[in-house]
Amino acid sequence: MSRTYADYTHPWWRRLVVSREAVMLALLVGLVVWAVGNIVFFGTTLTMTFLLLDTAPVLLIALPMTMVIITGEIDLSVASVVGLSSVLLGDLTRSGMPIALAAVLALLAGLACGALNGYLVAYVGLPSLAVTIGTLALFRGLAVGLLGTTAVTDFPKEWTSLATSQVGSTGVPLITVPFLVLAGAFALLLHFSSFGRGVYDIGLSKQAALFSGVDVRRTVLVLFLLTGVVSAFAGVYFTLRFGSARGDNATGLELQVVAAVLLGGVSIFGGRGRLLGVVLGVLLIGTISSALRLQGVTVNVINIIIGALLIASVMSTSVLAWLPGLTRRKSPGTSPQKTPSGVGS
Amino acid sequence: MTPTDTTTHEEAAPEVLLHPSRMPRGRRWLTTLLRSRELSILFVLLLVIAVATIKTPSFLFSSNSWRDLLLTPSILILLAVGQAVVIITRNVDLSVGSVLGLTAYLTGRMFIDHPNLPIVAVVLIGVLAGAALGLVNGLLVGFGRVPALVITLGTLYIYRGIVLTWAGSDRINASDLPRDFLALGTKQVLGFPVLFLVAFAVLVAVGYHLHTARSGRELYAIGSDPDAAVLYGLRVRRRLIAAFVLSGALAGLAGVVYTARYGTVSSDAGSGIELQAVAAVVVGGVAIFGGSGTVWGAALGAVLLVTINRALPIVGIPDFWQQALVGVLILSAIVLDRILSVRRARQLIESRDDA
Repeated sequence: MSRTYADYTHPWWRRLVVSREAVMLALLVGLVVWAVGNIVFFGTTLTMTFLLLDTAPVLLIALPMTMVIITGEIDLSVASVVGLSSVLLGDLTRSGMPIALAAVLALLAGLACGALNGYLVAYVGLPSLAVTIGTLALFRGLAVGLLGTTAVTDFPKEWTSLATSQVGSTGVPLITVPFLVLAGAFALLLHFSSFGRGVYDIGLSKQAALFSGVDVRRTVLVLFLLTGVVSAFAGVYFTLRFGSARGDNATGLELQVVAAVLLGGVSIFGGRGRLLGVVLGVLLIGTISSALRLQGVTVNVINIIIGALLIASVMSTSVLAWLPGLTRRKSPGTSPQKTPSGVGS
Repeated sequence: MTPTDTTTHEEAAPEVLLHPSRMPRGRRWLTTLLRSRELSILFVLLLVIAVATIKTPSFLFSSNSWRDLLLTPSILILLAVGQAVVIITRNVDLSVGSVLGLTAYLTGRMFIDHPNLPIVAVVLIGVLAGAALGLVNGLLVGFGRVPALVITLGTLYIYRGIVLTWAGSDRINASDLPRDFLALGTKQVLGFPVLFLVAFAVLVAVGYHLHTARSGRELYAIGSDPDAAVLYGLRVRRRLIAAFVLSGALAGLAGVVYTARYGTVSSDAGSGIELQAVAAVVVGGVAIFGGSGTVWGAALGAVLLVTINRALPIVGIPDFWQQALVGVLILSAIVLDRILSVRRARQLIESRDDA
């Protein structure tokens, strides 16, 4: 009598309910319901529109960042790529180039940034944490160097209004459409393709992935390329949304993205996490910020809450792991310590 | 860092790597010094200073600029020393910028709210507050089995949130601070600024400790291989917590120094400086995955970064490009590390096969 793998697993409904994504969803829904009932103006479409408009850059960049962190790497240069593409868009438009062409060039620049990161990490074999701290300074430096302290603000009206426009009159901003398309594409890539299985394999064990036929270098390079180009797209959106291209646009956004991805249940050690959780994580942070702001709480307290949530969410797995240990004797080999993301290897 | 160094590397390397004890003591010492990363950084640093001085002699030869040369990097030296200790254990402390902001504001607040407190007491309070914040990081990392990157990213937000909430739009001004305290920022002893001497004393103490003390060497062991350190019976958790407390305390001291140096503290003091501290450490030759490097290198890296920033406008490059150059510097430092380590591995294999 041989038992199949399925016999050992929990039934599907249990896996669904006890999953991290379900908890996140419950938290999010609970929060929204509470906020609609208790906070004046929260239930209006205008609030929702601004919530989506504001979180769109983080939502977009979180998609490729999820995959990068699942491979056990990290990309801290994303906000600088946002800044660089924003500056390029502004600078090229100012010098008389049609804005569509400028936007394409900005995207290509993002691709080039990703290629540099990816090459250094995947082919030279450098730790991504160190590489992307370097390129964080480099790309931001290029952005600030190109524009200095000036800002480009004269963008064509139809383009800036495009960034803030809505789908029909539903209140859903237009940026949600490219986001949904990208989210679908990334979900397909990560969860329903051999490429995506390779991403998880690399995160669990780079060597095992290599031996099982995953092209580790190419996969990591592709992920950094994707992060670069999506960050550049977020940069173009960011610029048009605020109608302003500045060298210091989106400074510090990388930490928000990483925080949201980790909150969404992606393990910093790599190999674990799902896109749905990350999207819910971003929305949760966005909703908390928006709800608190409507209550007159300043952005400072929101920082504290995001930080506490981040620590609580990663600690929860450790705390849950302790609980059985209280009743049972812990076997010494059960908790291998792996190297944190982007460090070593 | 310099191509001329490589020839000495190749000649001396196998011997010093394989049988260091067979070499005469003096020669071994010299080879180690010549091969050291610290010397290359010092060389680059002197080069930068030389170029800037040739271009504009007042970069070095005026009383103010000599002071600035040492004074400006003091804050980053303190942060880089703490960060180096943490990174050597294969962790990272991203919260130092927020700790600096919090203690800098705390220092100013203490002077306003308790005008009778002696300056020494306020400095001590700042350092202890930083140490307490570092202890929180250390406890979370040590007991949570969660990577320091995540924990300190979280506390970066929390500590910054606390100081933002506490300070609001309030700002500490130089007029709020005692004159004696502000004088520390400009005072010199034997031609050296006091604040630089403070940073230097910390550097010497930590450097000596890491080099000789058992608890210091254990930090390297932990960083080289955390699992092996546990199996070997090292008190890993205690050492990690101590490293984070030290990093926090030094960030606290840096906060006090910040207040003394600049006189004005707003709630965003020191935001973003954590990446500069990590950059200084990486440029200074401390491997980002732990186990190697010295605080001397980290401090030199800090001085180099700050000095480059000050030298650029003099050489005729607009200040706006400073950050890009810092990025190039970080990248070349880690690429160089890689090249050197690959070369050393090959040399070791070759000389083993020859023997």
